[in-house]
Amino acid sequence: MTINSPDVLEGIRQEALKALSQREESNKATSAQAAGLEKGTPHMQILCCGGTGCKASESAKIAQNFQESLKAHSIEDKVDVVVPGCFGFCEKGPIVKIVPDNTFYTSVRPEDVEEIVTSHILAGNRVERLLYVDPSTGQHISDSKHMNFYRKQMRIALRNCGFINPEDIREYIARDGYKALAQSLQRPSEDVLADIKASGLRGRGGAGFPTGVKWEIARKFDAPDKYVVCNADEGDPGAFMDRSIMEGDPNSVIEAMMICGYCINAHHGLIYIRAEYPLAVHRLKVAIGQAREYGLLGKNILGTGFDFDIEIRYGAGAFVCGEETALIHSMEGKRGEPTLKPPFPAEAGYFGNPTNVNNVETLANVPVILTKGPQWFASIGTEKSKGTKVFALAGKINNVGLIEVPMGTTLREIIYDIGGGVKGGKKFKAVQTGGPSGGCLTEKHLDIPIDYESLAAAGSMMGSGGMIVMDEDDCMVSVAKFFLEFTVDESCGKCTPCRIGNRRMLEILTRITDGRGTEEDIETLENLAKVIKDTALCGLGQTSPNPVLSTLANFREEYEEHVRDHKCRAHKCKSLLTYSIDPALCKGCSACARGCPAEAIAGEVRKPFVINPEKCIRCGMCLSRCKFGAIKVI
Amino acid sequence: MENTTIITLTIDGRAVSVPKGTSILDAAATIGIKIPALCHMDLKGTCVKNTPASCRICVVEVEGRRNLAPSCATQVMEGMVVRTNSARVVRARKTVAELILSDHPNDCLTCPKCSDCELQKLVTRFNIRRMTYKGEQSVRKKEETVAITRNMDKCILCRRCESVCNQVQTVGVLGAVRRGFETTIAPTFDRMFKDTDCTYCGQCVAVCPTGALTERDNTDRLLDDLCNPEKIVIAQPAPAVRVALGEEFGMKPGTIVTGKLATSLRYLGFDYVFDTDFAADLTIMEEGAEILHRLRAFLGGDKSVKLPIMTSCCPAWVNFYEHNYPDLLEYPSSAKSPAQMFGAIAKNYWAEKMGIPREKLVVVSIMPCLAKKYECEREEFSVNGNPDVDYSISTRELARLIKRSNIDFESLPDSDFDTPMGESSGAGAIFGATGGVMEAALRTVYEVFTGKTLPRLEFTAVRGLDGIKEATIDIDGFPLKVCVAHTLGNARYLMDKLRKGELNYHVVEVMACPGGCIGGAGQPYHHGNIEVLKARAAAIYREDEGKPIRKSHENPDIKQLYEVYLGEPLGELSEKLLHTRYFDKSIK
Amino acid sequence: MKVSCEALRQVEAICRKFNNDPGELISILHECQNTLGYLPEEVQRVIARELGIPASKVYGVVTFYSFFSMVPKGKYPVSVCLGTACYVRGSDKVLEEFKRVLGIEVGETTPDGKFSLDCLRCVGACGLAPVATIGEKVYGRLNPSDIKKIVAEFGE
Repeated sequence: MTINSPDVLEGIRQEALKALSQREESNKATSAQAAGLEKGTPHMQILCCGGTGCKASESAKIAQNFQESLKAHSIEDKVDVVVPGCFGFCEKGPIVKIVPDNTFYTSVRPEDVEEIVTSHILAGNRVERLLYVDPSTGQHISDSKHMNFYRKQMRIALRNCGFINPEDIREYIARDGYKALAQSLQRPSEDVLADIKASGLRGRGGAGFPTGVKWEIARKFDAPDKYVVCNADEGDPGAFMDRSIMEGDPNSVIEAMMICGYCINAHHGLIYIRAEYPLAVHRLKVAIGQAREYGLLGKNILGTGFDFDIEIRYGAGAFVCGEETALIHSMEGKRGEPTLKPPFPAEAGYFGNPTNVNNVETLANVPVILTKGPQWFASIGTEKSKGTKVFALAGKINNVGLIEVPMGTTLREIIYDIGGGVKGGKKFKAVQTGGPSGGCLTEKHLDIPIDYESLAAAGSMMGSGGMIVMDEDDCMVSVAKFFLEFTVDESCGKCTPCRIGNRRMLEILTRITDGRGTEEDIETLENLAKVIKDTALCGLGQTSPNPVLSTLANFREEYEEHVRDHKCRAHKCKSLLTYSIDPALCKGCSACARGCPAEAIAGEVRKPFVINPEKCIRCGMCLSRCKFGAIKVI
Repeated sequence: MENTTIITLTIDGRAVSVPKGTSILDAAATIGIKIPALCHMDLKGTCVKNTPASCRICVVEVEGRRNLAPSCATQVMEGMVVRTNSARVVRARKTVAELILSDHPNDCLTCPKCSDCELQKLVTRFNIRRMTYKGEQSVRKKEETVAITRNMDKCILCRRCESVCNQVQTVGVLGAVRRGFETTIAPTFDRMFKDTDCTYCGQCVAVCPTGALTERDNTDRLLDDLCNPEKIVIAQPAPAVRVALGEEFGMKPGTIVTGKLATSLRYLGFDYVFDTDFAADLTIMEEGAEILHRLRAFLGGDKSVKLPIMTSCCPAWVNFYEHNYPDLLEYPSSAKSPAQMFGAIAKNYWAEKMGIPREKLVVVSIMPCLAKKYECEREEFSVNGNPDVDYSISTRELARLIKRSNIDFESLPDSDFDTPMGESSGAGAIFGATGGVMEAALRTVYEVFTGKTLPRLEFTAVRGLDGIKEATIDIDGFPLKVCVAHTLGNARYLMDKLRKGELNYHVVEVMACPGGCIGGAGQPYHHGNIEVLKARAAAIYREDEGKPIRKSHENPDIKQLYEVYLGEPLGELSEKLLHTRYFDKSIK
Repeated sequence: MKVSCEALRQVEAICRKFNNDPGELISILHECQNTLGYLPEEVQRVIARELGIPASKVYGVVTFYSFFSMVPKGKYPVSVCLGTACYVRGSDKVLEEFKRVLGIEVGETTPDGKFSLDCLRCVGACGLAPVATIGEKVYGRLNPSDIKKIVAEFGE
């Protein structure tokens, strides 16, 4: 089947819409009553999350069990099992959604399948125990629309994730897929580009450079071979939106790359993806294969004479390759070392050819901007930051997951309304945004409307959208050290400030967390951080001191406590802790001694045990084993 | 070239106009502002260039930019306002230098590079008087080969050696390994140089700013021999030494110190002071004869004759084709290098004549080169384990030895070399510059082939710093096509063409080092200043012009050597003593 | 350990599949590692020869990227996630426990060749933090006290 004109595309869309309409309807409606085949529902669908997170919890097995169960009940022709991409609510995964009544089952296990089939699919009774429980009311909620987690979200980049089958291009087409491409190819490319500029879309991968302007620059450089590169080297530890988009909606990335190619007059597309993302790679390959099969990739696309094709290139475990010049060198088969800009890739990129690099989330926004219009997109968000942003919400928070909110949403809304607050009722301490390039924000920043400028002003950055919540048990010096360990591990080693400077900073932080730091160390740390920011070669090096600078700005007293009082208020820095056993509480059960990996605890049964501080490695094993609260940590 | 646009900018409050594409560093230099730089090296006019912009020493403040810019790699822009010495810049620059220092073994007092180290100079310049940052230091591999000493603990990752080894020489042995703080510049698979394709060209040493890569020092060994009454120690300095040695004593680059060189060697205690230039003339006799032989065969219709014939004086070049082109070993001339010809004549003809037993005679070559140290060790250049040339010291080592021996070089009187191996022609002298061997050969080949006297001795088409130079010489109606290449990258270009059968020359000269031997790895460090190499080359040609005899075949001592001993070029004894063969040294 | 001739022929075939294009070096290394399990010197030499680039370049690339290994991995490769989400939920302690139980450091393989230990940054299962993978299998919500049992699963 070749789609050689917009009309054929529309035909396929109409056809594919039939299969999808039940899901569309179900998404809009709210039914108090569950549907069921025995209640007369003619057709049902089971959406079984196929994201990496849920797959790690055996969602593939769940889908398989569904297939088998349906077959056993001879209803496989009446019920479809669909494996869409990530629903976002990873905390409660694996997620299973039932259509048409829009029932959202959480934390499903393979052995729950039979019950769902017999009681829900057949009899039309929801399995109450698998429904989400609202923590504030204790009520079961069956429809995700009514969950706080989803209520404040606005899904543009994630519009198809958790909804369509990512391995079926027709489902993408049914959701207006490739419509933007078809329309664009009928228009002068400068008009399409003008729309992207007018939308105010900015790069979602880091510093937020205006996408339209980037395309405009790339367009200016004329060459026979120009490249559109999709940066899918999502390296920020704790951010997985790009992966989810590629797993859940790979065609949106492909379509956007083609539109970009049309705008900048490029015919080659390259996707640089982490090798650690096998599922995303698979889905992309399937999508590229189907797009080629339908004639949407290749020569003379939609009969317009426009040619474009896409190849996949793999990363190999180097965070620095997220930097565009390093990424390009890596694609050329070289060490991923950044080079000085200018020349920018737009002028001399992949093998010296003009190259435009955009990240996955940025691209995923492009088709919708064109189908719904730049004004619509520009109406969302803040003055300088338009549209939405996807965040990977994780850490000490109740609702870990992937969320998408309009720019301008406050951290408080994200953490408390969507995220459900801090886990275990602990006290909120900080939220880290922007990954290793970002910073830690505090209570006082919670009401800032999030956009590129406000985050930067607060000493952090948007970055790719990792958002890690920390509570009172987190030591901010240790957190800074954690990020610096990451930077030191991942530094390419090319420039002096990053290679040696960050190493020296890490050594100082290690001294401080080991209780060997001095007041002078704090000062040295601050000076070094400033110089590294000012002199490092690439964007990663320049932003690498941010975790230190922001924790110094917001939690300086914790640093001072470590060096002055040899105290870690979060009880995180082992060297500053002393474990002891309260003889009044110890029952002499010996559980601690038996569990101690260092054989540091001795005593006679039924008499108080004693910890030998020389041998104690402060692992905390005794603390977790003692049933009587006799272990004291100071 | 398109029309050059002129850009005007302000540096430290002063306006400066330079062509578009100029770096801030170079623009500043035009108005006398010397921005400190470290990793940067640009031997303008050659392909030796390294601008990774990675050390961050040369950072400057550019108005409107968020962070500091590396001046070596940032191009000027119209209206740019640059500050090279603001408080922010000065602090950042010093901190960066302090960071480099924190990962450097500060054993400067005993470092071979002491007082010639670019890092050391910056430390003085930035007034760094204590170790601000202390921490773990890199521990990397060390190695002493016959030619090069490697102590990568002192490496500052400027990547110059990597650039020359890969981009310039295309030898591809040195490269960055691992990443982050663990990054090292190392030979393939972290092996030793001897287990790789290293040619010992030593250009890594020539560009290393610190003591990470230095020459293998033979001065102590030489001193021992000079003090040993049992040994007769004789010297043979190469052509390029006499135009560079003076630099080590503060003389202007290009100062010719031939007479002082001979005197200093005598003062050092050498028993006889001869000249490699003499052997260069001998090389022309043999190689010239070989050229003529192959040409005549070719003109006589012999299809099997290997053309072009290629020079074989440069030991790094010999290593290069033995490692990379084992299938083409029949193309290079079989003539030994001048230094080895000298050794063979000294230890046979001269030793016999003087009645000196071979084992008592120590032949020391003084070379602009580090590969010569390796060449001395080649088995085929020794008899019963006794090498023809016992060992080689570089120009730098000789300078150190002179200083150590309390000799005030500048005030030395001139003296002549000893006979019979001290007389040389101008043709022998120009061996030191790229194109020199070709020019010397042409002078002889022309006259021997045609039987006529050359109207003009200078073949200027083969002079100069272009990487590959071509010329067609009319030899009595026969258009002799010649080609001269310097640096091994240019040699690779030619050899790849040869392998494809697309190299249409009769004679090709190759020298491994930029500029030829004057740019050798044993010479005083040029520190990236091309004017130094140009001045040395000019001096080489001045030396030639000043010689009464300027053609090798007219050197009376050479004539006599053939008359009394060798017979004729390519004769039986000549073949035995003055020619060699090559080996397949490719790593399988 | 010596690489078999057959394996080296496979390496040549992989290079040729990518048209001996030096630009495809990383793809070639991926495929060779997938096929052979690791990238020993001989393999890198063959790749260098096939692609017409210095072996030092191949070696420089192999040592740059953490995904590539020059030593064979264990039969059961253990990777502990040290992504931020896992870190704040205690993955450092999980890693320490793996080291203790297996008796090896990160990057090493147990003498019996059964387990190797590595770190990785984010598998994207942050909802299950802290996470470790053994082979293809993902273990979530780990507690240091679980490790002994998990390792024992592979014990026989």
